Amino acid sequence: MDFFFQLPWWLIVTSLAKTIFLIFLVVLPMVSYTVYAERRVSALIQDRLGPNRTGFPLTLLGFKKDFSPGLGGLGQPIADAVKFLLKEDFVPGHVNKLYFWLAPCLAMMPAIVTLAAIPFGSYLFGEKMVVADINVGLLFMFAISSVGVYGIVLAGWSSNSKYPFLGGIRSTSQMISYELAMGLSAVPVLLICGSTGLGAITDYQVREGWLLVPFTDGGLSLREVLLWIPLVLAFITFSISMFAETNRLPFDLPESETELVAGYHTEYSSMKFALFFLGEYTAMIAGSALIVVLFLGGWHLPLIPNGANQGGLEFLHAIPAWIWGIVNITVFFAKVAVLLFIFIWVRWTLPRFRFDQLMKLGWLYLFEIALVNIFLTAGILAFTK
Amino acid sequence: MAYVVPRPNLTWKEKIYLPSIVAGLAITIKHLKRMLFGQTKVVMQYPEEKWDSHMPDHYRGAPTLVKDEHGRERCVACQLCEFICPPRCIAIKPGEIPAESRFAKVEKYPEEFSIDMTRCIYCGMCEEVCPEQAIFLRKDYSITGTTRGALMHDKARLYELGGVFTGLVHKWNPKK
Repeated sequence: MDFFFQLPWWLIVTSLAKTIFLIFLVVLPMVSYTVYAERRVSALIQDRLGPNRTGFPLTLLGFKKDFSPGLGGLGQPIADAVKFLLKEDFVPGHVNKLYFWLAPCLAMMPAIVTLAAIPFGSYLFGEKMVVADINVGLLFMFAISSVGVYGIVLAGWSSNSKYPFLGGIRSTSQMISYELAMGLSAVPVLLICGSTGLGAITDYQVREGWLLVPFTDGGLSLREVLLWIPLVLAFITFSISMFAETNRLPFDLPESETELVAGYHTEYSSMKFALFFLGEYTAMIAGSALIVVLFLGGWHLPLIPNGANQGGLEFLHAIPAWIWGIVNITVFFAKVAVLLFIFIWVRWTLPRFRFDQLMKLGWLYLFEIALVNIFLTAGILAFTK
Repeated sequence: MAYVVPRPNLTWKEKIYLPSIVAGLAITIKHLKRMLFGQTKVVMQYPEEKWDSHMPDHYRGAPTLVKDEHGRERCVACQLCEFICPPRCIAIKPGEIPAESRFAKVEKYPEEFSIDMTRCIYCGMCEEVCPEQAIFLRKDYSITGTTRGALMHDKARLYELGGVFTGLVHKWNPKK
């Protein structure tokens, strides 16, 4: 606590402002509209329309007609939230109460905490747009996001019923096997950028071009072309591991509705279920943000200056810097949104892996590819200096 | 008897699995694109767009009573429909037409005529059996109500749904 009071007051204020902006104004609305997007995109893929009308059921209160604000289905997430808040919060008698209550918190919190290290913009009014610009950002992300598995395991275990239990078991083995491949496939990025700080990785990509799209700095050297091979491999393995890490299809074995009812959250209702749901989608956003930072240049867009009016085209510097700060933030979340769309698109395309196939893919292929990839990158870096 | 299921020999392309993932993604994005540009025919938008104009001629909807062109109720309270009705949802109370009436020759009319729409099975037997062509199954399919009483169609409601039906039966018309 002493340490907290010794901090300069402006640091506390700006951190709080950034946290509130990030969590309440960007990520939580984004989560709820990702759920909506999930429903609409899945509907469109299956030749349906999805939720396209949401109104206020005034007839329930004795009015003659329902009121529809004419937003199509855009009110759906709000209606969902109201429904979750008003539903009965039922705790079955056979559960282990402490862990049953702890599990939803453990599913939601790590996903939100990981967002602290994400540089979601360059500068705005001279402030760096990252809540905690720590130089071990990537390690922090990995460490905290792996806590998320405890939420699922505890939920499965404390529910004291067979389907959640099976879901919990699957989740444990899945997370452990994919975390390894995920960590290793990020190592080439660290080798190239020379830092685990996510801000430093973004800065490197602003200078030298995005890692996956190396010509964004205007040129393409032999070194960049050679490094492209391990980076594309790293990107593929990292993305696949990210799908597994966030429990998305084709790796949604902890949940697998078709076999395990609803997997680990079978016994949950109301807001506790909603926390699992939100946690899953927040983890998806955090994962997409991490992919954007590591491989797709973070907030950077070629020719656009950053929030301190540096870089980019010369004549754009006439426009106030804060506008470019906001543009950078928008670019970052636009990239995240594109990745979220890919998450959804993949979910509604692929069937689920069988459990042994999943283990085989994780331990026999992704792990080895990621490992070899590190040596490949190191070799290329050593010989093209 | 045990027999060996022949396993296909996969090519390396199939083993690596990624090309087929890409192929699957291409299929789904094609569907999404077709939906976005309105090239896929989707289901009817129900409350705004109704079945009415798409209904086939032989559709059997709500049973209704009809009047003829002189405003005479066609039903003569013969009670055939009441007897044939399989779920017994029709209830008729016959009454006598007073002698001074223009249609005194008809003798009987239904004092009360009710169809219980919670029971009706839309079989159309009442329409088939009616010798006076007084009861018809119309195309109303959305028969809803908030109480059981509201679904008890009385005479007024039945004539409201049925309206006027001209032609066919002329034997009760006054001689010119």
